[in-house]
Amino acid sequence: MIGVLFDGVAYGSVLFLVSVGLSVTMGLMNFVNLAHGAFAMAGGYVCVVAMTRLGVPFLAALPLAFLASAAAGAVLERTLYRRLYGASHLDQVLFSIGLTFMSIATATWLFGPSQQPVRLPEFLRGQVSFAGVDFGIYRLFLVAAVAVITLLLGALVARTRFGARLRAAVDDPQAARGLGIDVDRVFSVAFALGSGLAGLGGALGIEVLGLDASFPLKFMVYFLLVVVVGGAGSVRGPLAAALLLGVLDVAGKYYVPQAGAFVIYAAMVVLLIAFPAGLGRRRA
Amino acid sequence: MITTRKVLAALAAALAIPAAAAEPVKVGVVAPFSGGAADFGRQMEGGIKAYFKLHGDTFAGRKIEILVRDTTGPNPEIAKRLVQELVTRDKVDFLAGFGFTPEALAAAPVATEAKTPMIVMNAASSVVTTRSPYIVRFSMTLPQVSAPMAAWAAKNGIRKVYTLVTDYAPGIDSETAFKAAFTAAGGEVVDSVRVPLRNPEFAPYVQRIKDAKPEAVFMFVPAGEQSVAFMKAFEERGLAKAGIKLIATGDLTDDNVLNAMGEPTLGVITSHHYSAAHDSPENKAFLKAWAEVNKDLKRPNFMGVGGYDGMAAIAEVVKKLGNNLDADKAMELLKNMKLTSPRGPIAIDPATRDIVQTVYVRRVEKRGDEYWNVEFDKYPDVKDPGK
Amino acid sequence: MSRGEIAFWLVPLAAFFALPGYLVLGSQVLIVALFALSLDLILGYAGILSLGHAAFFGVGAYTAGLLAAHGWGEPLSGLMAGAAAAALAGFAASFLVVRGEDLARLMVTLGIGLLLYEAANRAAPITGGVDGLSGVTMWKLLGLFAFDIGGRTAYLYSLAVLVLVFALLKRLTASPFGLALRGIRENRVRMAAIGSPVRARLVAAFTLGAAIAGIAGALLAQTTQFVGLDTLGFNRSAELLIMLVLGGTGRLYGAIIGTAVFMIAQDYLAGINPVYWQFWLGLALVVFVFFARGGILGAIESLRSRR
Repeated sequence: MIGVLFDGVAYGSVLFLVSVGLSVTMGLMNFVNLAHGAFAMAGGYVCVVAMTRLGVPFLAALPLAFLASAAAGAVLERTLYRRLYGASHLDQVLFSIGLTFMSIATATWLFGPSQQPVRLPEFLRGQVSFAGVDFGIYRLFLVAAVAVITLLLGALVARTRFGARLRAAVDDPQAARGLGIDVDRVFSVAFALGSGLAGLGGALGIEVLGLDASFPLKFMVYFLLVVVVGGAGSVRGPLAAALLLGVLDVAGKYYVPQAGAFVIYAAMVVLLIAFPAGLGRRRA
Repeated sequence: MITTRKVLAALAAALAIPAAAAEPVKVGVVAPFSGGAADFGRQMEGGIKAYFKLHGDTFAGRKIEILVRDTTGPNPEIAKRLVQELVTRDKVDFLAGFGFTPEALAAAPVATEAKTPMIVMNAASSVVTTRSPYIVRFSMTLPQVSAPMAAWAAKNGIRKVYTLVTDYAPGIDSETAFKAAFTAAGGEVVDSVRVPLRNPEFAPYVQRIKDAKPEAVFMFVPAGEQSVAFMKAFEERGLAKAGIKLIATGDLTDDNVLNAMGEPTLGVITSHHYSAAHDSPENKAFLKAWAEVNKDLKRPNFMGVGGYDGMAAIAEVVKKLGNNLDADKAMELLKNMKLTSPRGPIAIDPATRDIVQTVYVRRVEKRGDEYWNVEFDKYPDVKDPGK
Repeated sequence: MSRGEIAFWLVPLAAFFALPGYLVLGSQVLIVALFALSLDLILGYAGILSLGHAAFFGVGAYTAGLLAAHGWGEPLSGLMAGAAAAALAGFAASFLVVRGEDLARLMVTLGIGLLLYEAANRAAPITGGVDGLSGVTMWKLLGLFAFDIGGRTAYLYSLAVLVLVFALLKRLTASPFGLALRGIRENRVRMAAIGSPVRARLVAAFTLGAAIAGIAGALLAQTTQFVGLDTLGFNRSAELLIMLVLGGTGRLYGAIIGTAVFMIAQDYLAGINPVYWQFWLGLALVVFVFFARGGILGAIESLRSRR
């Protein structure tokens, strides 16, 4: 039981790490970005390439994944996303689906369609026993890493000036502009940061979620789910949502394997009906 | 001496050749060539190319023309439309390929109505050959390769097994056949679980297995992407360290991905009808030809051999019938086909139009830098127990 | 009907005689065009952005398919049954869809689609699961025309249904109901302020859209004698959206043109190289959003108005 809970938490942590960027984007810019998974995938592939072709060790490849995805996010935001901030949701959906298709096709062309194998360093493999339950060492590492990042993120949002500007822009962009806050720059930095985190999540998640060229489509639903259920624009909402959904999914598959993915979708519909504005209860 | 008669005879022969150079034989190959199962189609096509490399592509004066169609994955609707178009628009003489059972099942009625022989090169559930009198299978069936594993396990002192299969026809076939054979031999199946065909996540299932503490787990998932994911989960949870053996059908240690999976597969015992390590002159020739014409593919796997043997059968039919390629006559020949394949001797059972072959028990060993499925036991002339 | 419209409808008729080898693809284009029309009603006229419309297509398909697989192979009644089942499902779902904001609504439609897909998957003994539902044997259409392997009956059947439904929709969208829908799409609050029963209209539109999608699904099941899980899948919903927008929303003809262009291009290009196709499709979408938001019809209109 504890083992299952722990697995769910680990799974949820990865989902959260990837989705937090999307939450900020959707809450801040009111932009439906279905291509968010592509940034996660990019981070994953950068990590794989760094490890297999450049011989970089896993832990060093992680920041590379972050930086690469953040850079990609910054560039795309400046050039393309920015022009669609006021556009209809339909246009945003189409645009981001188009970007997603392009990213999948590129990944397939560069790496082939199959799963990318990644060899974790020895000290992250295997299991450790505690109070009669076996815990995967890698999953422990994962939960710890995400916990640290979440704390840092929370501190960034709550204690720094950038965080204050971000919160102001989410609450009311017009008023924030009126106060002299450069909302456009806040958007850019937030988007880059969110994309970078997604990339990091993609790299960390290879072991848990797998990585292949169709990653963005496969997991898009889960990321959207986390953000919408958690409430776009907040950090804590998606965290709760991700952990909840992670545990539900894993527990569902463990205890009732016949139900499969049914549980998570049913849970989503129920949660959406009960909390139309999301768990975090912030402006959607 | 060059007489006028000889010159006239030579002239006549030269003039007769264009008349004898008949229409090509069209073979429509329907399989996934893109998406996660892209390797299915590519392996089959690779096997066909290897056959042409060794034996040429012209038989009885007729050239065999391959029309390749992509189903993009386990997509029976697309397969059905492609098959319909091949039959009505391209007027193919043979249908071939079929990576997944749903594809074959959807195509079957079309083959019957169009009276076109359908050569199944991979789809592996028992029911496929019953859906049309024009279907002949050259791959294998899941019960055929699963039941010997059960027999071997029982013979070697394994009493309690947990089974894990993918939830579609071949998986269910495998589970049923294994259970039947294993319990008949005195063993006990402690529990069974079925995982979804698309995007399965193995961790919770593997955890369940670990908690049940069986002596061994028998599993079947489609070869390639999923076998990699399963091995990852198996290794990560430390099932081997907990003393749980892994026995499976050869889809787990698919030759195509075996090297990518690497070390965790050492010692895994599987049962299957083809290993690239099979020691025979036909296999050596096959491997050599394969490497020459398929530079972008790695090793051939059982789907590559399915493609090779399927094409061999078509070639035999063309050789014998030449310009009189009548569907029913072709079926007669196909039903009684016997070949020496790179996998070993194979034959078709005329009563069921399904394949009869040797199933080998193999262990993964490392030779030099590479991993191979090394055969160490076998069960000859296994028919499909699912019928 | 204007002369342009008459010419337009002569094209599929001519294709029947001129391209006998392509009738299977042709019927599928006609069926998906019908499906796109149903989405146009919901999205183009009522303004509801749905990513799960394939759910109703699938409900129609499975209903008609199961009916035929269990012995009742009469085509027209099967079609009606599919429409009815889909309408019911649409009606039930409409209550979830008409409340809530854009984003949550999008997720709900997505969720419904996914749920139904999983349900069909789980109910494998009934639906055939991933293996699909085969054994769908159809009786003769109107007691006269058997469904042949060349797809001739299927083509004319699909064309007839498309023309009928199109005519119906054309009248509907020109009627007060259609105008009300457009009003709601443009400004919901204002419509409510002038006393228009917004919710009732949206429910009606969504249900009708679902019913038509169900007809399209039933047609597919009957003409291909097969129902796969992918009739319910997300890919189908997403592709439909692309096709509709490509042709131009809110114009009815856009749905048909977009579908035809997309499917024919896909058949041709994806056959050459599927990775190539996906990339250029993605690029086309991106370019399209920036430069051609009205779709093909929108571009034609703006060209005309410039002259």
